[in-house]
Amino acid sequence: MLNVLKIALRNLARFHRRTLLTSTLITLGIVAVLLFIATAGSFKGMMIGQFTDAILGHLEIHRRGYVASIDNLPLNLNIQPTMVGKIEDVLGKLDGVEAYSERVKFGAMFSNFTETTSVRVNGIDPQREAATTPLMPGRITEGSKDNLLAKSGDILIPTLLARGLKLKVGDTVVLVATNRDGSVNGRTFIVSGVMEAVSGPSGRDAYIRIDDARNLLRMTQPEVSEIAVRLKNPAKIDEMRDRLASQVGALVGQAAAPGPAKKASGTPGGLEVHTWAALSPFSNIANMIDLLTLFIKVMLVSIVLISILNVMVMAVYERIREIGTIAAIGTPPQRILSLFLTEGLLLGCGGVVLGVAISLAAVYVLNVWKITFNFGMQQGLVLSPSLSARDVMIIAGLVVLMALLASLQPAWKASRMDPVKALGHV
Amino acid sequence: MTALIRAEGLVKTYRSGEVDVPAVRGISFAIDEKSFVVFVGPSGSGKSTVLNMIGCLDHPTGGKLTVMGTDVSTLNRRSAADFRGRHIGFVFQDFNLIPVLTVYENIEYPLIMVQDWPEKKRREQIGRLLDAVGMSAQANKRPDQISGGQKQRVAVARALATNSDLVLADEPTANLDHDTAYRIIDLMKKMRNEFGTTFVFSTHDPKIMGEAEIIFTLEDGRLQQEQHRANHQEPAHA
Repeated sequence: MLNVLKIALRNLARFHRRTLLTSTLITLGIVAVLLFIATAGSFKGMMIGQFTDAILGHLEIHRRGYVASIDNLPLNLNIQPTMVGKIEDVLGKLDGVEAYSERVKFGAMFSNFTETTSVRVNGIDPQREAATTPLMPGRITEGSKDNLLAKSGDILIPTLLARGLKLKVGDTVVLVATNRDGSVNGRTFIVSGVMEAVSGPSGRDAYIRIDDARNLLRMTQPEVSEIAVRLKNPAKIDEMRDRLASQVGALVGQAAAPGPAKKASGTPGGLEVHTWAALSPFSNIANMIDLLTLFIKVMLVSIVLISILNVMVMAVYERIREIGTIAAIGTPPQRILSLFLTEGLLLGCGGVVLGVAISLAAVYVLNVWKITFNFGMQQGLVLSPSLSARDVMIIAGLVVLMALLASLQPAWKASRMDPVKALGHV
Repeated sequence: MTALIRAEGLVKTYRSGEVDVPAVRGISFAIDEKSFVVFVGPSGSGKSTVLNMIGCLDHPTGGKLTVMGTDVSTLNRRSAADFRGRHIGFVFQDFNLIPVLTVYENIEYPLIMVQDWPEKKRREQIGRLLDAVGMSAQANKRPDQISGGQKQRVAVARALATNSDLVLADEPTANLDHDTAYRIIDLMKKMRNEFGTTFVFSTHDPKIMGEAEIIFTLEDGRLQQEQHRANHQEPAHA
């Protein structure tokens, strides 16, 4: 085999221009795909990070049916305090949970005493929320980022609202909310900060302290609308969702967890565990990025397949007399087959080695260069492309496999060639 | 002396569209070991076809052909290649050296690709053959850097590289000038004497054919004459 490799290398060297051109084409294809994967992956990861680390958390626990009617923010589907305590126990013991934050969410009328509009109010524990969504303080554009909702009566309002109602930090506003029993209650708040939305000037989320929310809603018990969970390793989100669903399900007397669903796991006892993807429309964009990556991979495979097929067909055609000679002197057909397969394989491997090396160097340069971009209201996000060993292995394996497949037909043809006809070829 | 090659009623017919074209029409002959044999005849007389069949490159359509006791008409593609690799060397009219390999590498090719010889043994064999064909000084030259006669010397060395029992040479002198052609025939004869290899070649050059010990004359696919030159003298120019 070593001898076949040696001869194949010599053959590639003799047609050095064609070898160089094909290798360059494969290399460029690999570089394009790996760089696309690295940058698109970085962009996607960053965007997902913006949603999970600034708003949603990785997982959220709700009463069954809450997410289905989440636009109404139904107060009658809150999780009751006894269950909240049990869920806290589970979360405290569950390996892989970094932090969690309980929230009370409701719709309210928001007024600056001259104008009124509607807002979605999030009652939060500032410390726990900051631990669960650590990028949240970074969204504050006016007011203190360090001392989030420091006092009772503080409110963080979205930029759009601040602009529209001409509000600034220190102004007094009124929130009026309808309670679960239908009665209405209002309370004044002081604007302690203005914050931007992740996806642009469309957010209508205001934040107050969770105790203030419960007071405003006249809750007699510390209910919560949702519990946001931050994971230590977001890559294990589906596994953690299923584990959490199973353990939370056991709390309501249903030991068996449901089978893993794509984005949400329900518990028979009336609780649901959702991943961020089930709660954010950005998951569709993330899916589109994945689809684009797949298309680019298919294009690469086509490039490799066509270039190597072309080279190998030409190699066989140009070397018909030589094939006749080596067949005549007794080279076994399977050795002729392996010779041409090895040439194709070497072309693929050469392209892969060069392509991966250039891609890694380019990723390094991009990281040193620190390219910035804006996403919605987020300015100057630094692109940090990275390549996982898995991605590199998949692309390299795919290219090598394609190189082998593309060489198969010409190699087979060469090995089956009639020596007499081949020797007579002009 | 044992017959190395024996043909009995050998027939080869090609199919061209709807027409059968007979190339060899039932010839019989025997060639002994260590012979120096030539098939002569005009173009289309069947010389190359006979050589191709002896070399297991083509199958007879009739008759029987045994080479070294093996009925070569029964060999399939793989066993025919194996048989050629073990027993037969070829010298071609156009030399058919691999252009990007050096003289040394061209001789080495069958030892690597056909017989997997270890490097030390290869080096010794190639050194011996280069000396024998007088090409040691050109070992590192590529085919385009040597003359036609030298190319054919390399081709003879390559044919002998695997210690072939039989070397088949189809018109080995057709592309060479007269003097060079004689020198190649002399070289082949010298190799026969040195290595004990049987040489069978074809030519239509009447002067060259005189160098052979056995002359088979073919015409229109039929064996017209078999001439044995037992008292053949070494040529004066050797």
